[in-house]
Amino acid sequence: MALKDITLGQYFPGHTVIHRLDPRTKLIFTVAYIVALFLARQVVSYAILLALLGVLIAVSRVGLKSILRGMKPVLIIVIITGVLNLFYTAGEGEPLVSFWVFHIYAEGIWAAIFMVLRIAMLITCTFLLTYTTSPIQLTDGLERLMNPLKAIKVPVHELSMMMSIALRFIPTLIEETDKIMSAQKARGADFDTGSLMQKARALVPLLVPLFISAFRRADELAVAMECRCYHGGEGRTRLRQLKFRGMDVAALLFALVMCVGIGVLGRFGL
Amino acid sequence: MSNAIIKTEELRFTYVEEGAVNPLVLDGVSLDIEPGSFVAVLGHNGSGKSTLAKHLNAILLPSGGKVYVDGIDTRDEARLLDIRRTVGMVFQNPDNQIVANVVEEDVAFAPENLGVPPEEIRRRVDDALKTVGMYEYREHAPHLLSGGQKQRVAIAGVLAMAPRCIVLDEPTAMLDPIGRAEVMNTIKSLNRTAGVTVVLITHHMDEAAQADRLVVMAKGRVVADGAPREVFQRVEELKAVGLTVPETTELLWQLRQAGVDVPLDALSDEECAQVLCRLLAQEGDLS
Repeated sequence: MALKDITLGQYFPGHTVIHRLDPRTKLIFTVAYIVALFLARQVVSYAILLALLGVLIAVSRVGLKSILRGMKPVLIIVIITGVLNLFYTAGEGEPLVSFWVFHIYAEGIWAAIFMVLRIAMLITCTFLLTYTTSPIQLTDGLERLMNPLKAIKVPVHELSMMMSIALRFIPTLIEETDKIMSAQKARGADFDTGSLMQKARALVPLLVPLFISAFRRADELAVAMECRCYHGGEGRTRLRQLKFRGMDVAALLFALVMCVGIGVLGRFGL
Repeated sequence: MSNAIIKTEELRFTYVEEGAVNPLVLDGVSLDIEPGSFVAVLGHNGSGKSTLAKHLNAILLPSGGKVYVDGIDTRDEARLLDIRRTVGMVFQNPDNQIVANVVEEDVAFAPENLGVPPEEIRRRVDDALKTVGMYEYREHAPHLLSGGQKQRVAIAGVLAMAPRCIVLDEPTAMLDPIGRAEVMNTIKSLNRTAGVTVVLITHHMDEAAQADRLVVMAKGRVVADGAPREVFQRVEELKAVGLTVPETTELLWQLRQAGVDVPLDALSDEECAQVLCRLLAQEGDLS
């Protein structure tokens, strides 16, 4: 198993314009981009959004390779979605290809391409967000964006703290999983062969020690946090103050223009 | 009252469980820790040394007796933060005390909790990282560092609180020899140059030998307390509570048992070598 390939939530430090944007800006921009993706109807809109994504990737200096690698786990979903769209989109006029119960129309091909593009672009833009924003900044940004929710008693600080700790421990737990697997393999455990049921059963002796150690870690971490005077979100200051700068305002304006623009293009059927 | 930074008076502690009477883990420990000193607490597994450590910044509260930190009773909940910022604590497993994904953000955690203004946090983080020699790694991800480096980051994370005393609970137990040396050097320089009071809990004789004062614990009691040079001369007593002595002392003690007249207080390798050289020279003169 290639546990080390998991790039989910991984951050590539850097000093590009995109890295330096306020995390709130990046979060809002990502949401705006996703909205624009769903407003996009035809080739022109998709082409614009795809070009934009290309520019963002180039500017952020995140290698295309790492994005493609991160895409691997969702590849199957993307393919299935594409195939379903291909076969189940009915069109006007004669089908291009017909066999057995399947009819492929020109509209189906377009729908499949668009759907695959949409998912791939959606994933890529969220990757771009997590690749260029340190998890702490990300949770910081989320905390600040959700701050108004405190009025209705949503534990915003606690949620963001939980999230950042979870992210912090992903590599530690992956390392631990690797270690336990090696230990089990050394004693004859087999994780790679057998039926699905057998494979699932082989995971039990892996998961039990992993859970136990995770609880122990959680306990120790809680004590260590208390020792460093953690007492909830009240009166906490931050090393990095979040500040909207000119760049952020420009990016947010651009996000607005992008959404409206794509919406208008959609109206004209482009 | 003395000016001790930490003072325990007849400290007793037992884990409370329903329907069970547990033995005392700490059984009347009275210690005064002077500001600026470097105290090692040595003991076998189950001697109560870690439990003692956890009393020194109010993680555990005494079942009987008192613990004062800078004159504050640790049971005074209203002043918990004052206690914790006076006495910082470093634990065995560096992985389980690092909170953030970036070194400098982790070091900033404590001052952030204390509500220190951002510019001041920046200064403290930089100072703390420079003190432990990890400044170049400030933007690294902690999980990519070596054990010794991680532990030094953990120490920096405590230093950023500007504590007057640091308690380290077996900080080198999970490290390789290089990591151990790194951490020990950091601890020593903290004490010598920054004047931070250090309480080092350990079961390594050679680490304990580097302190100014050595407290030996067994079965929840203090069985010896003094300068390492003196304490290690009580070889029989130490062996009786399941501890060994540094290899140098062990060698000299064995010689003594064999009837050779050597002093027991040569603690460092060099001192021991000198003693042996002198001995061999004498033998040469005789023959």
